[in-house]
Amino acid sequence: MIDREILLAKIKTTPYKPMKGKIIEARMLTEKEKFFRIELEGKINLSHEPGQFVMVSIFGFTEAPISICSSPTDKGFFDLTVRNVGVFTDKLHKLGRGDIVGIRGPFGIGFPIDNMFGYDILIVAGGLGIVPLRSLIRYIMHHKNDFGHVQILIGCKTPQELLFKEETKEWMRRSEIRMNCTVDRADPDWHGNIGLITTLIPGVDIIPARTYAVVVGPPIMYRFVIVELLKKNIPDHQIIVSLERRMRCGLGKCGHCQVEGVYVCQSGPVFNYSQLRSFKGECHEKAV
Amino acid sequence: MKYAVIKKEDLNKWVEHLKKTARLYAPKKKENQFIFRPIKDVNEITLKYIPTILPPKKYYYPQKEKLFRFKIKPFKTAKAIKAFEEYILFAVHTCDIAGIQCMDVIFREGPEDPNYLNRKDKMTIIGIECLEYCDKYANCTSMGNHVPRGGYDLMMVDLGEKFILHINSEKGERLVHGLAYIKEADEKDMLNLERVREAKKKVFKEEFNASLIKVYETFDKHFASKVWQDVGRRCVACGNCTNVCPTCYCFDVMDEMELSLNQGMRYRIWNSCQMDDFAKVAGGEDFRKGRDGRQRHRYYRKFKYPVDKFNRYFCTGCGRCTRTCMAQISLVETVNSLLAEEGELR
Repeated sequence: MIDREILLAKIKTTPYKPMKGKIIEARMLTEKEKFFRIELEGKINLSHEPGQFVMVSIFGFTEAPISICSSPTDKGFFDLTVRNVGVFTDKLHKLGRGDIVGIRGPFGIGFPIDNMFGYDILIVAGGLGIVPLRSLIRYIMHHKNDFGHVQILIGCKTPQELLFKEETKEWMRRSEIRMNCTVDRADPDWHGNIGLITTLIPGVDIIPARTYAVVVGPPIMYRFVIVELLKKNIPDHQIIVSLERRMRCGLGKCGHCQVEGVYVCQSGPVFNYSQLRSFKGECHEKAV
Repeated sequence: MKYAVIKKEDLNKWVEHLKKTARLYAPKKKENQFIFRPIKDVNEITLKYIPTILPPKKYYYPQKEKLFRFKIKPFKTAKAIKAFEEYILFAVHTCDIAGIQCMDVIFREGPEDPNYLNRKDKMTIIGIECLEYCDKYANCTSMGNHVPRGGYDLMMVDLGEKFILHINSEKGERLVHGLAYIKEADEKDMLNLERVREAKKKVFKEEFNASLIKVYETFDKHFASKVWQDVGRRCVACGNCTNVCPTCYCFDVMDEMELSLNQGMRYRIWNSCQMDDFAKVAGGEDFRKGRDGRQRHRYYRKFKYPVDKFNRYFCTGCGRCTRTCMAQISLVETVNSLLAEEGELR
């Protein structure tokens, strides 16, 4: 708890100054995604909620918002997984063990874990969506007896793009979790499902009033997945999403992440579907 | 002393005095327009001016502001600004004071912004009340900002041979205290002030075709209006409207390296929601792609979202966005077109 107060005090007094974060482990997960394990100066715990994000600084290359993919129950470090898509992430990919990055945060509102206690959980991850969801999955595993049945659906374009391969295998082996994977395009070694992630939802067995569905993926995926979840009669406020937006400050000031009147960096990135529904037309993730 | 008076012939003497107490910024002429500048010679100051090209926001929210210094190896950050200096904004219109009040709300909301708050802390505002319209572009009456509504230390009103000064803070009182040529206002001065305000009512008329409440309700209902398509078609996405707006505060963050390539400075610089890539994420998805959506966003950030959040309109009525627009997009016309559409619908 003390760590959390240190971090909150930092945001209050010097909100733009990053802390020192040391990369203690770095490895490529796929061709495009790299995994980083980071230790903060003084080994203080990031004390985040699953679903929150940090602003990662590389001096000379400014900052980018990155989802935290470890659980707060993983102590002493936190994990990030980053796809190489631009100037900043390309530079980040060139860093390795022992290198230093700047860290501000954690920012935003994470998954509503307190509300989710006692409920069944259906996790739907599309593509990079598994990255922020890994923080939730790991949290649930560390508190398994607090939650009901847990089902995980993972979808990605090809088997090569599947992230956290070893870990997902382990999740599959666990008896208290049901897991299902699908790929858009298979290769000869693939023995799982083929097709979009939406095809997996009609088959899941849930009691809608007792289920929280947590969905993270590209904008277009939300639109179709949410329709399927609504068909299953899951209440709007029990459908949880996380929105990706451009962010430059994390403090609800710079304006880039705004969806209508809402700053995603402060009021999100996690929202429920009844919040999404109240947007008039600027929210790409909302089912039409 | 709540109200004081100063004779016009003593004004320069007083401004000289102000100049000695703190850095003084005031409006002066630049070709056919006006700008706020640091004042060396008090004769440069113009009290009769149409809104300056940029609002005084450039002094309390600089276009390019230092956030901190950094060193890459070894990793280190340090304060970029050692001390903030006291300054006086002189002869600020009531619309621009309303703009400062809006900025206060934004930067005070947690997490607070220390850079802004430090600058604001050092600011003294001496306003001047307009007795006639600056030009046809202003919509201050509809916004209720044609008259003073607080937010200043001193407010000057022209009473003909003298100015009456409303003293609105201790800071303001210190600037008029102990000066032989500034006297307490008497009953006659107060009566004159009332008369001036009364005369203003005949000059200043609401520019929108409906009350502000109605304007808000219309925005609430007309998100999908074709008015936005029309504005979007004309807009050239230059971002002038947001740069000159006293309540626009969006920014981007940039790093500048020194020649050593080991140390540098992180800045924030003004950015505009009208820019093409403003809401585009690294993966390529652009969350506000069209100029129509971006212009609509700008208007909603003046007439809808901040009203929901802070019960405050973020249009001050200064008219700068209309005055500066290369495509002649007029704020008053846009709002009135929406109101007309609402009328047709009803």
